[in-house]
Amino acid sequence: MARPFTPKIVTANALLEGDVIYLSPQDTWVRDLCDAALFSQQDQAEERLAFASKDGFVVGAYLVDAVAGENGPEPVHFREDFRRTGPSNHNHGKQAEL
Amino acid sequence: MYTYNDFDEAFVRERVAQFSGQVARRIDGSLTEEEFRPLRLMNGLYLQLHAYMLRVAIPYGTINPDQMDQLALIAEKFDKGYGHFTTRQNIQYNWPKLPDVPAILEALADVGMHAIQTSGNTIRNVTADHFAGAAADEAYDPRPVAELIRQWSTDHPEFQFLPRKFKVAVTGASHDRAVVRAHDIGVVLKEQNGVKGAEVIVGGGLGRTPMVGKTLNEFVPFADLLPYIEATVSVWNLLGRRDNKYKARIKITVHEHGIDDIRARVEERFTQIKPTFGGIDMEMLAQIEQHFVAPIFANKPVDAYTRAYENDPVFRAWADTNLAAHKNEDYSIVTISLKKPGATPGDASADQMRSMAQLARDYGHDELRISHEQNVILPHVHKSNLPALHAVLKGNDLATANAGLISDIIACPGMDYCALATARSIPVAQGIATRFDELKLEHEIGQLKIKISGCINACGHHHVGHIGILGLDRAGVENYQITLGGDGTETTVIGDRTGPGFAYDEIIPAIERLVHAYLNARLDAEETFLQAYRRLGMAPFKEALYPPKEEKANAA
Repeated sequence: MARPFTPKIVTANALLEGDVIYLSPQDTWVRDLCDAALFSQQDQAEERLAFASKDGFVVGAYLVDAVAGENGPEPVHFREDFRRTGPSNHNHGKQAEL
Repeated sequence: MYTYNDFDEAFVRERVAQFSGQVARRIDGSLTEEEFRPLRLMNGLYLQLHAYMLRVAIPYGTINPDQMDQLALIAEKFDKGYGHFTTRQNIQYNWPKLPDVPAILEALADVGMHAIQTSGNTIRNVTADHFAGAAADEAYDPRPVAELIRQWSTDHPEFQFLPRKFKVAVTGASHDRAVVRAHDIGVVLKEQNGVKGAEVIVGGGLGRTPMVGKTLNEFVPFADLLPYIEATVSVWNLLGRRDNKYKARIKITVHEHGIDDIRARVEERFTQIKPTFGGIDMEMLAQIEQHFVAPIFANKPVDAYTRAYENDPVFRAWADTNLAAHKNEDYSIVTISLKKPGATPGDASADQMRSMAQLARDYGHDELRISHEQNVILPHVHKSNLPALHAVLKGNDLATANAGLISDIIACPGMDYCALATARSIPVAQGIATRFDELKLEHEIGQLKIKISGCINACGHHHVGHIGILGLDRAGVENYQITLGGDGTETTVIGDRTGPGFAYDEIIPAIERLVHAYLNARLDAEETFLQAYRRLGMAPFKEALYPPKEEKANAA
């Protein structure tokens, strides 16, 4: 039996700033994971990734597992939790900026 | 120290101009990321978890006060007010923005610095003993040879697309502080029958397949050294496994072919290429040596030092740990610790960089070094100046008395910054240092090197830590494996794995249990952790790490 599909978000880094960005439901890039689009169908997720990868102003777009939370998508893996927050040794990155 | 000649200056400026154009073309869309990526990597620009990262080379760890001031300026103007000194004598900026990078490279070029070959499958920044030119146990200053290798390897047309990265370290002292046996090539300068030369070690390395380097040649006279090194890299360039990046480093080539086969191939290649050098390498070495003459040492009393040592316990504690023997007995080598408990190993603020630069001007013959242990060194300080220097360090949060102790931890950036990391390493280092500071046990424990890597690539040198910690991702959770008995000196040993790893919130208590086991088992205060481990083996430490279940329940 095929494994159930885990919902996905599309994420990347911005070309100029280098920071973490997410594809929104409006096909724009947003800085806050809460505003990201969560894709529950595999075809749809892959299609949006292909679309996002054509954007010359983003680097290294990929799909990553996420779950629906109270305030929008939540990361499944700790790596994505750090990416949406910033480093733990300095109050820099998203935790300071958002 | 070495200063750029017209050729160096023109080369670095030209590279800045080229890369500025490449950045502009990436931004206007003429270059795709696929086309741009190798170009940015050639210039030390990575894209990490939260931002770009620029890795700037500090060749053989040697830097002058003006350069240090410029690093501070860059940190303030283009980054977040600090820089991170790495385990390969580089400095990394964690937050540059792509459009600013050309200006950063221009600012570096203004002081004779660059980020060339700090990434990619090239010969990387050449490292050396951070006490070079000063250490009491040094036979030869490794820096002229290191500079010769830097010049030769920079933009070397044969070696821009190697099977994998290639790292060279040089030492000229009896005690190896440069971890030469864990490098692709390690060079140990020595003399034989009145002739200067070097032992050439090959195939050391850490990473996923850690190996101790093997002696390729016991003694290569200086006149043959550069062609011999070129022959070695050249042999590997052809033989190296380009089909599998995990098997591409020279250590695997040496392992698969055997050291004798590699030696025979190197000898053959050497015979071919030696005549093409025509002695230019020795002429260049002679010129380079002129840049590394020792400073004119002061001849004055050291009473101020003696008085402070006898009367000021804080100064004495710092002097006991952070000073090393200089070849001139009126001088000391000062290790400025970037490891205040709770701080990030290797981070220095712009103000701290300026303060260290000024100390080098005031008391240090204008010289600073960056150690692979992520500290800053003032190699030449007259003992009479140490109390004044210590006072300034105290005022800048730089007077931590812990060089070589348990809180003087090497840690890679780990998953707080690095895109390759599988777990965090910085908070583990912070936690261990803070815990042992609370316990006030550090000085009692004595010499103990903890080294932490946040992934199998081992930038934190965990394999050669007396206690090594490797952070992994185990089923989506951070997990930390411990190795014991590693040694990165002239008696290099890869540490032994203790057993199953520990969760993030278990690793610091585990280290504490290990250290208590050592304190209980050592013969006396003179027996270091490493000595005790060598005498006792794994058993008592394993017992402390993995107590039987009922004991665990009682402890909880």
